This record gives sequence, structure tokens and C-alpha cells, in this order.
Amino acid sequence: MDTSAPRDASSSTEQKAVLTVTDLSVVYEVEQPVAAVKNVSFALARNEILGLAGESGCGKTTLAYAINRLHTPPARISSGDVVFHDKDGGDIDLLGLGDEQLRMFRWSKLSMVFQGAMNALNPVISIRDQLEDVLITHRPDMSKRDRRAQAGRVLELVGVDRSRLSSYAHQLSGGMRQRVMIAMALLLEPQVMIMDEPTTALDVVVQRDILREILRLRDEFNFSVIFITHDLPLLLEISDRIAIMLDGEIVELAAGKDIHRSPQHRYTKKLLRAFPSLTGERGDFIRTGVSDDLTETK
Amino acid sequence: MNYFVRKFGFYLVALWAALTLNFLIPRLLPGNPVDILLAKLQQRGGIVSPAVRRAYELLLGGTSNESLIAQYREYIVNVFRGDLGVSVTYFPANVIDVINASLPWTIVLVGLATIMSFVLGVALGAIVGWKPGTWLDSFVPGTTILAAVPYFWLALIFVYVFSSTLHLFPAQGGYDVILNPGLTMGFILSAIRYGFLPAITIVIASVGGWLLGMRNMMVSTLSEDYILTARAKGLTNSRILRTYAARNAVLPSVAGFAISLGFVVSGSILTEQVFSYPGIGSKLLSAVQNNDYALMQGIFLYITLAVLGANLVVDLLYGVIDPRTRARS
Amino acid sequence: MPNLPPGTEPSIGDSPELLATENAELGVEPRSAWRSLLPTLTPPLATGLSLTGLIVLFGILGPFFVQDPTVIRDIGLTGPSAAHILGTTQTGQDVFAQLAYATRGSLQIGLLVGVLATILSAFFGIFGAYAGGFVDEGFSLFSNVILVIPGLPLVIVISGFVPQAQRGLWTIAIVLAITGWAASSRVLRAQTMSIRDRDYVAAARVAGERSFRVIRVEILPNLLPVLASQFIFAIIFAILAESGLSFLGLGSAKSLTLGQMLFYAQNGFALQLRALWWFLPPGLIIALFGCGLSLINFSIDEIINPRLQNARLYRKRRKLAERNAS
Repeated sequence: MDTSAPRDASSSTEQKAVLTVTDLSVVYEVEQPVAAVKNVSFALARNEILGLAGESGCGKTTLAYAINRLHTPPARISSGDVVFHDKDGGDIDLLGLGDEQLRMFRWSKLSMVFQGAMNALNPVISIRDQLEDVLITHRPDMSKRDRRAQAGRVLELVGVDRSRLSSYAHQLSGGMRQRVMIAMALLLEPQVMIMDEPTTALDVVVQRDILREILRLRDEFNFSVIFITHDLPLLLEISDRIAIMLDGEIVELAAGKDIHRSPQHRYTKKLLRAFPSLTGERGDFIRTGVSDDLTETK
Repeated sequence: MNYFVRKFGFYLVALWAALTLNFLIPRLLPGNPVDILLAKLQQRGGIVSPAVRRAYELLLGGTSNESLIAQYREYIVNVFRGDLGVSVTYFPANVIDVINASLPWTIVLVGLATIMSFVLGVALGAIVGWKPGTWLDSFVPGTTILAAVPYFWLALIFVYVFSSTLHLFPAQGGYDVILNPGLTMGFILSAIRYGFLPAITIVIASVGGWLLGMRNMMVSTLSEDYILTARAKGLTNSRILRTYAARNAVLPSVAGFAISLGFVVSGSILTEQVFSYPGIGSKLLSAVQNNDYALMQGIFLYITLAVLGANLVVDLLYGVIDPRTRARS
Repeated sequence: MPNLPPGTEPSIGDSPELLATENAELGVEPRSAWRSLLPTLTPPLATGLSLTGLIVLFGILGPFFVQDPTVIRDIGLTGPSAAHILGTTQTGQDVFAQLAYATRGSLQIGLLVGVLATILSAFFGIFGAYAGGFVDEGFSLFSNVILVIPGLPLVIVISGFVPQAQRGLWTIAIVLAITGWAASSRVLRAQTMSIRDRDYVAAARVAGERSFRVIRVEILPNLLPVLASQFIFAIIFAILAESGLSFLGLGSAKSLTLGQMLFYAQNGFALQLRALWWFLPPGLIIALFGCGLSLINFSIDEIINPRLQNARLYRKRRKLAERNAS
């Protein structure tokens, strides 16, 4: 990662926030209700990459979906506010938007990148159709030729050849599908991108390429990223700030290098120790990795 | 390309199987069909020459000393020449002429009714599956129960209610017999009027199956990841329903449509019996009652050809609408 | 497709994996494997079971309590009365008695064909798919060819060639079974293939389990709901097909079935003579039995596809969420 180093933490907090989440709670209304997200608060600055780390089931995906109101019953937002600070002026209360306004807001101001390697692309229509239907829906005044041009343009931005427009999802490799997902997210030049485990299913070499693309695109288009993953070392590489989630709560939120050098919370320390290192004695990790903290309660 | 070649090959095999089955059945079952047939023929005033006997023996098997293989070969040749024998029931008409006269009625009635019930069932199923837990869900058990009802019983009740009691539609026949058959407006209108009740009965009895299948598939499809992506993209609900959900959910139904064509033909036989509709099914029944084996065989062959042909078309269509099948195999 | 108003967003609830994880986190014990194979008792299922149960009881026990259905009286066609609950046919035979015996006859054939057809489809579908390779291709081709050849015409032709005298219940049953197994075998094959390729089967094989045990312990329990569902379909198909055949006069004249009753009713001009007591009951019994079986099949569907369960619980959950929100 040499093309761009993570921004200095102090400068990002001086810039105005693009998204403010206050006291957000999400409950699963099953027979015995489960609180999946508990009173989460954070502010996402412009052009910032905010990492969101935690183990499976800690609520990070639920949180991401709730911000965009993609959650479905039995999940329900029980309290809190999500406010989007539009760069064109004005604040948007996401939880208060009507259905049609929400639909128009989605993707144009805030887009998402899912694990494309899985099933996130429609298998029976071409890549071109899936890219263009965003434009047909949100930019109805665009001509057919402009749409086609734009679709080709975003593909080339992520390093996929334009000829792939006529392909179908099953004809693309995992890495290519992920790039298509990113290209799709860029179509309307949103201000925030939420990425949910975008590289988890890919092998490490491809993963590195994708991450470089993301950083490069962020520099070119100036959008903020919420990067969700369980892979903490990865976040240490690319994030400006990192939020650690445990059991639905954010237990620590600090600049990347601060998390690395001086983690405050018990769980953060445990997470950091849970990854093997490429240096040091062989066998050290197994013998001493997740050590003392096992005896403590969470 | 490979997919289409494979499909075509399969249908050739099926065709061969049907022809062979047609050849073997009369020879495997008890009774001597040739003698029975010739006796009937003589009753109707037909002449039983050795040539006629030979022709029937080729179709049905007999006491000749020829090997089975030789008979089979000649049978196939005759079939491809269009020589299916002479009908006893409609003597002296050729089997092939009897069939050609009645085939259009069946194809139009059954074809239209089946397509209507497919389209209706799939469309309703998509809507019901889209938003579960509403009053629309009651459609599902309702129409499925209708599918469990014996079709002809339902048809007869319809005749009783709409025809005998309310006098809305004619009970029997394909068209008003005073009219001359032909492509005139009057004739076509009459045909529509007579075909309405049989068609509606077919639709009502079969729509349930399509609805249930599509609705179940919609439920599965809606939990797929690409639906989530579509929602996150801010697409309109109607676009998601059409291009993302239904477009994927309909695939098994299309595959099933091909299979159902065989059953549809079966159903049409009952329909034509109840409504005395002049199609190919009623001819089959007359043939059975009159021991007209040649006609029976000929009709079976035709029906099989029609079903195979339709199946082939639907299968090829499936290869077009699901791009993944072209990659498999 | 009509334009749907906004606010009707599609939503189904969670995938079964998510539900299981949630339950595990709550400390809710998972149901035992066999218990989870059974459907939950909902009103539709209860209705289905009652309908089917009552009709089966009627068919089994009815004949012991009714009059002799074959006795011909010269009172002719009469409506329901104290002596004959459902009236008489044109030859003075008691309709209710006939109904009991006919129900038994139809149930017999339904069961017979159901069992035969399921055995055939299980063999060609499950075994073929599990064996794989050439056997699988061969079986699959065979069943597809049989499937594509139209059934009823074939049955009619076969029945037509068999002289009336020799057409017994077993003949009909065998002919129906032979023409009816192919659709089921496709479903079973697809299901077996999807299970065969799952990780836990591969794990069992790698661990050295013998094929037979793998089938019995890993594959069969997952196939049971589908098998049950196909068995029920086969019964419905058999009863409807047999009634259709009998109605056309091609059934087994030696035994009395519901289809035969309808044949006699039709030939006795029951509808034209407004003798509804003769015409309606047999068809009604077939319809209600088919209904009952279909309702049972719905519940089995939910086991095969747990997402359908979510669809049903969706409304309940939404109300719960709304109640908690206020």
C-alpha cells in the first residue's frame, strides 16, 4: 500500500461529517427479542475511510443495513437517529424519509458494495442491463447513448474491459464480479459507500488489487467509506479510523495507528492478538496467541 | 450451442421411442387386433383384400411369418409416407384425413386455454409471492383445491349451471351446426362462443398449479442477495418485481410448462368428451369404442408428435431465457 | 405487470441460517432432527388431516354399515329419503351404500398406484442420482422420455387394446403407475443431487462410511419430506386419473370406484334429470380428499423450503414489532 497512506486522524475530525449516527438501536423481534445493535453513535467525516471490525454476529452488518433502512422484519430500529449531511447543503433525516424519497436517496447519495463473488448480481440479465437500470431509474433524462457510455466508463475505472458489458454474472471470475459491484456503486458518484466484506471471498492477491482500486477511487472521487470486515489487520492498512464492535456496541473508536499501537479496550487487544504474524518465531501464535484474556469474561 | 444440440438429440430419441411404442403395443397385448378390425371393416361394407390385410398387419401385427424387424422397418417407412391406414369408424376416410380435420380444434382450444392459464397463474403467483401475509395469500389454497377437483366433474357442473340452467353458453359442440365451417367472421364468433366454456374450465382447473409453483419460487427468490442489491440501488418496486424477482422465479415454471403439455393433452380428451367438442380427443374415444385400432394408433402418434414438438420449443426457449443453461452441459 | 405503489417493498424475513443462529444465541435448544421433520400444526394442516382422515375412515368402515349397493329395486330414481340417505340411482340402487364401497375402491387404487409409482420413481430418481455417471444419465434419459410421451392417450390406447373382460383393478393400477412415475423421479433426482453434493455427505464419505449407511443416515432423512410430498401427489394423481378413465368407460368395470359411479351417473343422465344427489357426492368426495391431501402437502412444502415458513410467520412478526414500537 504505497500509493496513498491513511490520512492523518486529526485532519479528518476537523472536516465536517457527512453521516452522523446517534444512539442507534436495532432489535430482532423474535419470541425472545434480541438487541442486535445497542446505542451506537459515530460520525463519518468526508473522504474518510472508517473501518468497522468485529467477529461474526456482532451486529456490524445489521448496523450497515439499518443505516440504509435495508433491514427487514423481524429486525426493527427501536431508537436513534441517522442524519446525512448532503454536500449540496441540507441535512437528511434518513429514518424519517418516506418510501419514495428513500428510494431516490439510495445509491445517488449513499451506495453499497456487497460480496459480489456470491449472489449479489442478477444472474439472468447482462452486466450492462444491471448497470444501466441504475441510470434509467435515477437519471431518467439520460439518453441511451450516454447511459451506455457511462456504463462502459465506470467499468474501465475499476479495470474491467468494456467488452464485459454483454457478459452475464456467471461468466465472470470472483474478482471481476467484485470490481463490477464497485463500478456499479460509483455510477451516481455517491458521497458515502458502505462496503460489506467486499474482499472476504477473494484470494489475497486479488484482494490487494481490489483494495488499491478502492483507495485510488476514493482519492479521485472524494467519497467516504464505511468498510465492514472481520479482518482487522486489513483495516489497519487502509482505514483512517477504526470502530471495534462487540455484541452490538462500539467498544472502541480511534485512528488506525492508535488502535494498532495503543489499544484501549480488552476486546481490541484480544482481536489484535488473534491474527498470526508473518514475523517472529514459528509456532508462537499457536502457543501464545489468544492467551491470558481467555480466562477473563467479556 | 451444445445445449441446443443435446436437446434436439433427446427429442429424436423420444420420437423413436414413441414410434416403437406405437408399434409394439398392439403386438404385446392380448387379443388379435387385425382380425377384429377386418371383421368390423367388412360390416361397414369394406373390401378385405390381401393388400388391406397386409397394411393392417404392418400397423398392428398379425399372423404373418415375417420377422419383427422386417415388420418394424416397413412400419416406419409407412409412417413417414403418411400411410396410417383406413379408419373403420369413419369409413372410408383415411386415418390421416380424419386426424387432420379434427386436429385444429384441439390445438386452438387446448393451446389457447393452456397459455392463458400459464400466464394468469404465473402473474398471480408473482403478485401473491411478492407481499406475503396479505389477503392475497388466500388465492393459493383456493386455486390449488380447484386443481384437486376432478376436472370433468367440474366441467359438468359448469355445464349444468351455465348452460342448462342459465342458458349463457351452449353445452355441446364446437360451433353452431347450421353454419358452414370456414374462416368467416360468423363462424369464428360461433366457434369462440362454443369454445368459451371448455376453455374456462381448463383455465380454472389448471391455474392453481402455476400459481402455487410461482408463488413458492418467488418466496425463495426474494431472499436472494441480488434482490437486496436491487433494493439498495433504489430501483422502483415494479422494476424489482419484474426484472429481478419474477424473471428469476419464473424459470422453473417454464421448465414445468414443457412437462405439463403432456398432461394438458390428456385433459383435453376429457374436455372434448364432456363438451362433445370435435377435436382429436373425441375421435380417440370413438376409435376405442369401435375397436378402430388403426385410428387409435394414428391419433396416439399425432398426439405424441405434437407434445414432443411443443416440448422442444419450450426447452429451446428456456435455453434462451436462462443464460446459465448455455454454459452448463 | 401492474405498477405497484411505493410502500409495498418486498420483504420475506430472514434466511433459515440466520434464524438458527439467533436461536442458538438465545440458548433455545434446536428441535431434534426427527421432530424438525414434522410440520407445525396449523389450521390448514389440521383441516387437511381431518378431511383425509374422515374420508379414509368412511372408506374403510363405511361398507360394514351400509346396505348392499348392488340390490336393484324398481323404485327407480328417487331423491334423498329416510330409507335412502342419498337417494337411489335409476336402477333403484342405494347411492349412499354405493358411495361407501366406491370410496373404498378409489382409496385402494389411490394407495396401490401411489406405492407403486413412488417405488418406481424412488428407484429411478434416487438411486440413479446417487450412483452418478452412466447409470444416472441412462435413468434420467429413460424417465424424461417416458415423461414426454403423453400419459392419458397412452393409457387409453393400452386400455383400449385390452379386452373389457380382462381389465381388473390391478391392470388399471399397473398401467397408471407405469405412466405416472416419471414426473416424481425428476424431482427426487434433483433433490438427491443437491444433497449428494453437500459438504456433510462428502465428509461422511471421506470418513469412510459405507455407501448404504451414508444413504440411510445422511441422505434419506433429508429426502423424506420430498418423498412424502411426492407420494401424496401420486395418490391425488391416481385417484383423479382413475376417475377420468372410468368416466370415459375405460376403467375397471369389475370394481366400484368413485369414477365408475360418475360414469353410471353420466350414462343415466343424472344431470339432465336433475338427480344431483347421485352426481354430486362422488365428485365431492374426490374433491375433498384431494383438498385434504393438498393441504397436507402445503405443510410438507414448508419443511422442504423453510423460507415458506417465514412467509407465514411474517405477519405475526410484523404485528409483534408494531406492538413493541408503540
